[in-house]
Amino acid sequence: MPSRAEAITAAPSVSLDRVRAAFPALAQKVNGHPLVYLDSAATALKPQSVIDAATAMYAVDCANIHRAVHKLSQRATAAFENARAKVARFIGAGAAREVVFVRGTTEAINLVAQCYARPRLGPGDEILITGLEHHSNIVPWQMVCEQTGAKLVVAPMDDRGDVPLAGIEARLGKNTKVVAVAHVSNALGTVLPVRAIARLAHDAGAAVVVDGAQAAPHLAVDVADLDCDFYALSGHKLYGPSGIGALYGRAALLSEMPPYQGGGDMILSVTFERTLYNDIPHKFEAGTPHIAGAVGLGAAIDFVSEVGLAQAAAHEESLLAYAHERLGAIPGVRLIGTAPKKIGVVSFVMESAHPHDVGTVIDAEGIAIRTGHHCAQPVIDHFGVPATCRASFGMYNTTAEVDALCAALGKVNALFG
Amino acid sequence: MSELRELYQETILDHSKHPRNFGLPDGGGQVGEGYNPLCGDRLTVKVRMEEGVVTAIGFTGSGCAISQAAASTMTEAVKGLSAADIEALFARYHALVTGEDGEADLDLDLDELGRLAVFGGVSEFPMRVKCATLAWHTLREALAGRGQLARTEE
Repeated sequence: MPSRAEAITAAPSVSLDRVRAAFPALAQKVNGHPLVYLDSAATALKPQSVIDAATAMYAVDCANIHRAVHKLSQRATAAFENARAKVARFIGAGAAREVVFVRGTTEAINLVAQCYARPRLGPGDEILITGLEHHSNIVPWQMVCEQTGAKLVVAPMDDRGDVPLAGIEARLGKNTKVVAVAHVSNALGTVLPVRAIARLAHDAGAAVVVDGAQAAPHLAVDVADLDCDFYALSGHKLYGPSGIGALYGRAALLSEMPPYQGGGDMILSVTFERTLYNDIPHKFEAGTPHIAGAVGLGAAIDFVSEVGLAQAAAHEESLLAYAHERLGAIPGVRLIGTAPKKIGVVSFVMESAHPHDVGTVIDAEGIAIRTGHHCAQPVIDHFGVPATCRASFGMYNTTAEVDALCAALGKVNALFG
Repeated sequence: MSELRELYQETILDHSKHPRNFGLPDGGGQVGEGYNPLCGDRLTVKVRMEEGVVTAIGFTGSGCAISQAAASTMTEAVKGLSAADIEALFARYHALVTGEDGEADLDLDLDELGRLAVFGGVSEFPMRVKCATLAWHTLREALAGRGQLARTEE
């Protein structure tokens, strides 16, 4: 089997037209205009192969997993476990059992907070996060702090939307037990140097938890290379179904951790006196999981691999450079988040109009962007704005769509200016 | 674009750019705080009632054109009204912006709504109803005097 780096660089070149043709949602018109979907950071569109794979789990291989001996159950179980293996390979996990299926990144982080951090932490201990985190990498840790008496420490973000390594290093100490960071900021697109952060954190004796929701669709993730202890991702941002995600955790840590929820499938044996828990990862997967979602996620990984993550990333990078240049030239547009290392996310505000008005006006042109605080209120507060507009790219976006966005923003200026 | 023009009528654009009664009136009065968690808009409304009617009202805060214009037009519309009048006017206004006048059976009379009738276009944009109603919820919270944060309803 080729190494992960080889698999990515050796991927065949797929034309943009062919990529676009794979996404049925792109074929529609919105408000009389062809859809311009610039909200992939909220959720990515789904290729037909993902929709078909998920549908087949209802239409054909419709059975519960890990239970019955009948054929359909065997096929469903195989498809589900095959999807787990695909996730493991995609992120460079050493073994499939290090991948726990969850509802998404939010549940993954909550699982780590409750099952790893909560039993270990006490008063005096510290959890270090950064100033650019999504609420899902803030609130679960605040909850653990309330439960254990530990303290939440925040490494600040600078005015470009970057988190200087020195600010992290300065806040690491013998009391730091967990360092939880985004790989990529959802609101700004900033890429954090996770490998360097992990090295510093491990030197200080802290476990490293990475929120990879925005990174997994755009960067080659290799958890072994990053040397993180936990890595969380969401299927729906990776061109897969919603309601499914994955948590990578080092086998040794997962094995030590208590279960997240109790129920079926997470046990070896149950009596009223004593229950033996199942092995990892099943210990963390109580109840019937989102089988079709997991299989759809596996299909999404196949699709991304076929296109080639490197090719998609290069395309998105060129879109980002083009969008920065074009948007920056529109009167009254202020770009929010200009860190040197970014993925395809452009956050901005306009002098003439509030982001919600911008969103409504350009929606009339069939253009979908996100407006608001992007579930990252501290980030938005830092820049002294109530909200931002955010255009975010997927592998299917085009420079013509950036042009359409700019033309629509011209209309915003005409209406409100 | 026609629905958009319906939404952003000249009156609304004018009030959003030049809000009336911006700033809180000096002296006594009841204060309400409003927050729309969807967009982060925050609004403060201060109202003074004398002999049962509004004699002074003002607001501060920031938000989109719809929310600023809604607050501005509201402050003009409610002067001289009693709390009961305001409730009745709000019911009509709410029916207008949600497009639920049929269900509410309020026999929506645009004349009674006066200038507020320009918000009729909001009903075509369900995501923007909260923008149009935040100021009203905040005023009602101020009048109720419960000291709770006004939130736009689902």
